[in-house]
Amino acid sequence: MAKLKIALYWAASCGGCDIATLAIGEKILKLAEAADIVFWPVGIDFKYADVEKMPDKSIDACLFNGAIRTSENEHVAKLLRAKSKIMIAYGSCAYEGCIPGLSNFYNRQLTFERVYIETPSTDNPEKILPQTKVKVPEGELEIPEFYDTVKTLAQTVDVDYFVPGCPPEEKTTWLALEALITGKLPPKGTVISHSVKALCEECPRTREEKKVKKFYRPYEIIPDPEKCLLEQGLLCYGIATRGGCGALCPQANMPCTGCYGPVEGVVDQGAHFLSALSSIIDSNDPEEIQRIIDDIPDPAGTFYRYSLPDSLLRRARIK
Amino acid sequence: MDNFEPKIVAFCCNWCSYAGADLAGTSRIQYSPNIRIIRVMCSGRVNPLFVLKALTVGADGVLILGCHPGDCHYIEGNYKTLRRIPLLKKMLKQLGIEEERVRLEWVSASEGAKFAEVANNFTQTIKDLGPSSLGPSKQNSQEARHG
Repeated sequence: MAKLKIALYWAASCGGCDIATLAIGEKILKLAEAADIVFWPVGIDFKYADVEKMPDKSIDACLFNGAIRTSENEHVAKLLRAKSKIMIAYGSCAYEGCIPGLSNFYNRQLTFERVYIETPSTDNPEKILPQTKVKVPEGELEIPEFYDTVKTLAQTVDVDYFVPGCPPEEKTTWLALEALITGKLPPKGTVISHSVKALCEECPRTREEKKVKKFYRPYEIIPDPEKCLLEQGLLCYGIATRGGCGALCPQANMPCTGCYGPVEGVVDQGAHFLSALSSIIDSNDPEEIQRIIDDIPDPAGTFYRYSLPDSLLRRARIK
Repeated sequence: MDNFEPKIVAFCCNWCSYAGADLAGTSRIQYSPNIRIIRVMCSGRVNPLFVLKALTVGADGVLILGCHPGDCHYIEGNYKTLRRIPLLKKMLKQLGIEEERVRLEWVSASEGAKFAEVANNFTQTIKDLGPSSLGPSKQNSQEARHG
């Protein structure tokens, strides 16, 4: 059998997903037996021009990590879509927008002002902001355009599969790679994970009754290691998050933050978490409810930590 | 904006508020025609997602109407709503949407007049606020995966 051709790419991401692909350990030898990597900016020196020269659909699968924030991200997403038979949104950024997607609370102007002018460590007295074109003695230079709104990969090109996680766990990555290597592919659009249910299903903590009088931030309490974190007032996102990771964070006494995305069939993870979370508030008195809610300093950022670009609203409205 | 006629979605619970709206109708009480009623079994059925969806597909305001606290047909469904809506409003504010566009009110089956008053008052609030910054025409032209 001819070897598979695989491409890996990073768009707006932190680089963690590229490391996560290596976290499969010795299984990487099995991957190397079955597949050749034809394009991988972080690991192999190939240029975009090399990809442009490849025939259409000549790459068997592309593992694309990172959200779409610049014209370069968009260009390469479209290029790799044209060259690949299977497009996989690998990791939360490509799947839902993730942490880069939080800049959808702002726009380009506000982001630039913060990053290039306001941050305390920045020294930019002339208030120079990035321009797409600049003239230098040697000619005109062009850099990619920075968009107002971060998008997911599926909002930019057609995507075949999604691999959740920030970054995807080793076993999740292998589940996807194994499907590619063996050719036993799930139906198009599948979110590849070991679970379609909520994380609570695989969390070993004991659950009793969910009634919360006060919400805490993780630094404010040392939680009981056996009891459900949500019942202890921590904003544990497990009830609204797809399982498959093995509930690693709750087992380390940290609440789930929701990186595996919504459970199967759910649109807008944040709205569902809001719904579930607020209904466990243990009060029927409007003033007390308001006080309890005041313990959550940043509901939008907490509920949409990984999924703002993929949510119904997609971004904040800036006046 | 003088000619602005807002689109308002009102989620009415089956047991109290929908009957209240019905009473307003059978009593021939005039109220603002901007209200589009959607009947739900309980105000507790109104997932915040419904409110977000209504706003993204063109509603300028969303009313959630339920039984008075203590009167819920399902005993405590409306208490869940009572807890959800303030948190939803706090979140909407962060996302740049005026929290006045979402309102929770209690309307019993005998309060036809109150239903009309709430409808008129809310319509006026939304008229004063102006059209929503959301809605299909303001959305990004590229289709979302979720349509």
